Amino acid sequence: MAVATFGESVKRTEDPRLITGRGKYVDDVRLSGMAHIAFVRSQYGHARIKSIDTSAAVDSPGVIAVFTGADLQEELGGLPVGWMLPDLKQPAHPPLAFETVRYLGDAVAVVVADTAYQANDAAALVNVDYEILPAIVNAEDATKDGAPLLHEEAPNNIGFDWEVGGGDYGEAIKDPDVIVVKERIVNQRLIPNSMETRGVVADYDAGKGNITLYTSTQIPHLVKLLFSLVTGWPEQKVRVIAPDVGGGFGSKLYLYAEEVVAGIVARHVQRPVKWIESRSEAYVSTAHGRDHICDVEIAGKQDGEIVGIKVDLYANLGAYISTFAPLIPTYLFGLMLGGVYKMPNIECKVHGVFTNTTPVDAYRGAGRPEAAYLVERMVSRFAQEIGRDPIVVRRKNMLQAHKNGREVTTGVMYDSGDYKGNLNKALEIFDYRQFRADQRAARREGKLLGVGIAAYIEICGMAPSAVASSLGAGAGLWESSNVRLHPTGKATIYIGTSPHGQGHETTMAQLVSSELGIPVEDIEVLHGDTDMGQFGTGTFGSRSIAVGGAALFNSLQKVKAKTHRLASHLLEADPKFVTFNNGTFAVEDIADKTLSIQEVAGQAYAAANLPPGMEPGLEEVSFFDPQNFAWPNGTHLCVVEVDQDTGKVEVQRYVAVDDFGNVLNPMIVDGMTHGGVAQGIGQALSEAAVYTDDGQLLSGSLMDYALPSADMFPMMELDRTVSPSPSNPIGVKGAGEAGTIAASPAVMNAVIDAIAHLGVKHMDMPATSEKVWRAMQDAKEARRAERAAARSQRS
Amino acid sequence: MSTEITVTVNGTAHPASVEPRLLLAHFLRDVLNLTGTHVGCDTSQCGACTVHLNGEAVKSCTVFAVQADGAEVTTIEGLADGDSYTNVQQGFWDEHGLQCGFCTPGMIMTSEALLKQNPDPSEDEIRAGIAGNYCRCTGYQNIVNAIGAAAKAGS
Ligand code: FES
Ligand code: FES
Repeated sequence: MAVATFGESVKRTEDPRLITGRGKYVDDVRLSGMAHIAFVRSQYGHARIKSIDTSAAVDSPGVIAVFTGADLQEELGGLPVGWMLPDLKQPAHPPLAFETVRYLGDAVAVVVADTAYQANDAAALVNVDYEILPAIVNAEDATKDGAPLLHEEAPNNIGFDWEVGGGDYGEAIKDPDVIVVKERIVNQRLIPNSMETRGVVADYDAGKGNITLYTSTQIPHLVKLLFSLVTGWPEQKVRVIAPDVGGGFGSKLYLYAEEVVAGIVARHVQRPVKWIESRSEAYVSTAHGRDHICDVEIAGKQDGEIVGIKVDLYANLGAYISTFAPLIPTYLFGLMLGGVYKMPNIECKVHGVFTNTTPVDAYRGAGRPEAAYLVERMVSRFAQEIGRDPIVVRRKNMLQAHKNGREVTTGVMYDSGDYKGNLNKALEIFDYRQFRADQRAARREGKLLGVGIAAYIEICGMAPSAVASSLGAGAGLWESSNVRLHPTGKATIYIGTSPHGQGHETTMAQLVSSELGIPVEDIEVLHGDTDMGQFGTGTFGSRSIAVGGAALFNSLQKVKAKTHRLASHLLEADPKFVTFNNGTFAVEDIADKTLSIQEVAGQAYAAANLPPGMEPGLEEVSFFDPQNFAWPNGTHLCVVEVDQDTGKVEVQRYVAVDDFGNVLNPMIVDGMTHGGVAQGIGQALSEAAVYTDDGQLLSGSLMDYALPSADMFPMMELDRTVSPSPSNPIGVKGAGEAGTIAASPAVMNAVIDAIAHLGVKHMDMPATSEKVWRAMQDAKEARRAERAAARSQRS
Repeated sequence: MSTEITVTVNGTAHPASVEPRLLLAHFLRDVLNLTGTHVGCDTSQCGACTVHLNGEAVKSCTVFAVQADGAEVTTIEGLADGDSYTNVQQGFWDEHGLQCGFCTPGMIMTSEALLKQNPDPSEDEIRAGIAGNYCRCTGYQNIVNAIGAAAKAGS
C-alpha cells in the first residue's frame, strides 16, 4: 500500500484479521478466572414482584452467587436519561427491577457461575412470584383514561408532550382552493438485530479499585462517563473498551442495565465476569426502534403546490426512557417534516408515551426515517389525490439548490444541496417515461409493476454542542483526535469515534496518509479504549467523518504546521519558500534541498536543532465542534412487481442518487448505502415487532422476525451528486443512515403505485403478501360495491 | 457426566472430554479457543457459526460436539495458508464484502461450500446459496460480488 488520497477506494485494513477469524469481539475476550453471568428476566409485560426464591439456583452446580434487584439496589443506581425535554417525566429506571417489572425481559436477578451453561441452568431455577398487572402496549391507547398506568409520576402514561412548527397551517388551509388529504400512518416497531448481540466483560482490579468494562458499544467514552455517574465509581478508575464490535445501528448507543450490573457484580465476586446476550434475549433487552402512530394531513392546491403538513404523533417510548429516547421522535423527527420542499406551513405535535414494551430509542436513521416516510408517502398520496404525477409534484415544490445555508420552515439551516439535481440524475439513470409505458403494457398482461420515489434530506453529523445542549443534550457532541508521529515517522492516531463496521481504521488512516504523505501501512488507528486517548463522543448519527474526520483533519493541520516550521529551520530556508508535497518538504527552486516528513519527525524527537521556542516531540490533539449539522440528501427510485394472485412484492430495481458531500472512500460509502437501503427495504417489506395486548413479544426470535436475506434484493444502482458541506473543513456529510431513510418510502410508494389503479391509497408497512393481497381484495370489493350502488341508482 | 471425543480441527486431532450437551460451536470457541467461529443466534437461523464438517457446510450451533467425534472440521482459521487467502477470502477483501465482520466467517465458510458445489453460480444462485446466512451490514450486494469474483478467480 502506498500513500492514499482523499476520494480513493482504499481497501480496508481491518479485513485481513476479519476474513481469517482473528477479530476480537467481546465474546472472544477470555480472562483468567473469568466467571459467567446470566439474567433472570420477567416473562410478563407488567407485574409486581411478590417474592424471589433463589435457593435452588444458589445450590445449582458451579454457582458462585445470585443477586436480586433488591440486593443490589443501592449500588446500581438508576439508568440515566441523556436528553432533556421540557416537563419530561423521568421515572426511576433500576438496572434490576425490585418492585415492579414493566416489560417482557425486564431483568430482576442475576446469576454468577463458573460457566455460561451453569449460569443459564441456574437462572432457570430462580423462582419469582409475580402478581400479574394489566398491561398496555399501544401508545395511543395507553393515553386514554383508565388505561393501565406504568409510572405514578406520568399520568395517562405521557412521558412528554412536545411541539414544533413554522408558518400557520391552520390559516393556510382556510383558503378554499386548498385540498387536504388525511391518513393515519403507522411506522411499525423494529428490532435492530446487529449480528453480534450485546455483551460485556467486567474486570475488577481489587488492588487499585479499578474496573474495566469490555463492551459491545458505539460509545465507550459515554459509557465510562455514565457508568461513573450512575454508580458513583470515580471516573478515572473506570476504563471502557469497545473491541471489534459486530454492528450497532443505534442499538448500542446507550448505557445498558447489563453493563452496570456486570461492573458491580464483578466487584462482589472479585472475579472477572462475562455476559453475552443470546439472540432471543436481545429481542427483549436491547432497545427497539420506530413505533409511531401518526395522524397526518398534507394540504395543497390542484396545480400541485403543497402548502403544508400537520402531524399528530404518538411515539412509543416503551417502559422507561432509554438514554437518547427523548431526542428521537422530537428534534430528529419534527425538524425534518419539510423534507426537500418549501413546505411553508408545518404543525407538529408529539406525545411520548410509556407502554409495557422494551424501551424504544435510536435505530438506523432514528426519527429521520419516520419523518421522511411521512413526508414522502404523503407527497405521493397528495399527487394521487389530485391526479398528478408524483415527480411533477415533487419538482414543483422542491427547494432551489444552495451552497451555503438555507433556513427552512422548522427553523433549521440546511447546509448545501441540489435537490432537483439529485432527481434529475436519478431520472437519467432511470427512464421514467419508458417505465410508465412498460407499466401500462404489463398491466394488460396481468403483471403489476410500480415505481416509487423518495426525495429525502436528513440531519446528521451530530453536532454543534451549544445547539444540542440548548435543545436538551446531556453531553457535548464534538469529536476528538490525537495524532502522534513516532521518531521513525510512523504514526499512531487515537480517534474519539468508535467504529462497528464503518471502517474507520481505513478511512482515518487514509485521511492521515493523504494529508501527511505517510503510507497507510505506517499508520496505526486506535479507538474504543478510554485509557488509550482523549475523550470522544462515539459513532452514531452519521457523524464519524463529518465530525471525527474533521477533528482528525485539524490535528493533521497542526502537525503540518509544526513540521513545516521545523523543516524550514533545518533546511535553513524561509518558510515561505518551503513546500510540502507527498510527504516531502522542499525548498522552491533548489532541487537537492529536501527532507521527508519521517526525517523531520526524527528531528522533532532528537531535539538537537529546534527553532527557538519549539517544544520537542510530535503529537497534536484537536477537538472539533461544528457550527452546523450536515445534511445529506438524495433521490431514490424503486421498481417493484406485485404478484396479483399472492400479493408478494419483489423489488426489481433500486436506483439511489445521494449527496454525501465530499466522499473520502467511495467503496466504503457505497457499502454503507447498500446496507442502509437493505434495512429500509426490510422495514418496508418484512420486518415488524409484534406484541400481544398483554405484552408478550410474538416476534421474539430470529425465527419469528423476518430479517431480510440475500434473495430479497436486486443489485442496487448507486450514483452521487456532490455539494460539499460548509459545516466542516473537509466538506463531507454523512452516509450511514441515508439509505435507510430513503428506502422505506421509495419501496412503499412503489407498492402503492403498482396497485393504485385498483383504488388502493395507503397501506402500512411491512407490505407482506397477506397485507398487499387483502388491500387489493378490499379495493376491488369497494369498487364492486360502488358500481353496484351506481347501477341501482340508475335503475 | 462427560464423554470422550476426538475431533480433527483444521488438520489437528483434539481429544477432549465434553458434556454431551456442548454445542460444536462452543467446543470450537471455548474448548479449542478458535474464536473465529461466531455465534449470532440461538435458533439456528443466522449462519454466523458455519463451519465445514467432513467437507460440508453446517451450522455448528446445530451440532453437538459429541456428534463430531471422529470427524474432520474446518473453521475460518483453517482456510488461509499464512497470508495467502483463498479466492473467497480474497474476494471478500477486494469487493468490500464485509463491514462489521461478524457474519463474515460463517458467510465465507458457506461461500466456500457453495463454490465447491457450483463453481460458476449465477447471481440468483449465489443469493439463494447464502440465504441461510444473515448479514445486517452490507445489504449482501458486495458479498454477492465477492463470491462472483471468487468464482471467476477459481475458473
Ligand atoms: S449461531 Fe448458528 S445459526 Fe446462528
Ligand atoms: S458485515 Fe456486519 S453482519 Fe455482515
